[in-house]
Amino acid sequence: MIRVQPDIFDIGKEIEVMTNGRTDIGAVVSFTGLVRDFNDGSKVTGLSLEHYPGMTERELAKIEEEARARWDLQDCLIIHRYGEMALGEPIVLVITASPHRQDAFEAAHFLMDWLKTKAPFWKQEVNARGETNWVKERESDLKAATRWKSDS
Amino acid sequence: MKILYFAWLKTKLQMTSESVPWSEECRDTDSLVRWMKTRGPSFAEVFSDLEVVRIAVNQEYITGNTVLGKEDEVAFFPPVTGG
Repeated sequence: MIRVQPDIFDIGKEIEVMTNGRTDIGAVVSFTGLVRDFNDGSKVTGLSLEHYPGMTERELAKIEEEARARWDLQDCLIIHRYGEMALGEPIVLVITASPHRQDAFEAAHFLMDWLKTKAPFWKQEVNARGETNWVKERESDLKAATRWKSDS
Repeated sequence: MKILYFAWLKTKLQMTSESVPWSEECRDTDSLVRWMKTRGPSFAEVFSDLEVVRIAVNQEYITGNTVLGKEDEVAFFPPVTGG
């Protein structure tokens, strides 16, 4: 399942909703991305995220579909926020559930790596002087995404 | 055609979207980009380095020149930075 929303989310609650009443799940992995106070050596005081409504949901759905095809997943949730965010707040959440840990770990890793290079979101940082900057793409993110390509 | 701009392209062009009537000049994405570059200094600047501009047609990434029709939605944006 995918959700694109401005509102903050509760990680514990989302895991609870996914696993409640089920006895077939053996492993749950979650990743949360947070707003941090530095980037490329500069202090960051706030963040806003823009996205492409419509295409965002389509890309995230494709990424989820790919993960479900590659790994044995019993459930999968991606939540990505947009709009204004304060330092320390969560930006993105990925939860995967599987009978065994390997699939849940790998799928969560894959989902984040692909999401970072495919889903149409753009970060804009605010610095200590109140200036806004569009965040640049990272070479390391591109590299991280390509490692999942070999078996596709 | 509906044209959308995101992130720094939007900031530089001071526009989030516009409607462009279909013509021979924008029959495909290569032609559209060529035409965009002729629209003034900010357009010329935004489209000067296509390495940093991604194109989506009808909300799908394109990899090569793509034929465009009247009803198509074309989006221009920088490499994504979510997550």
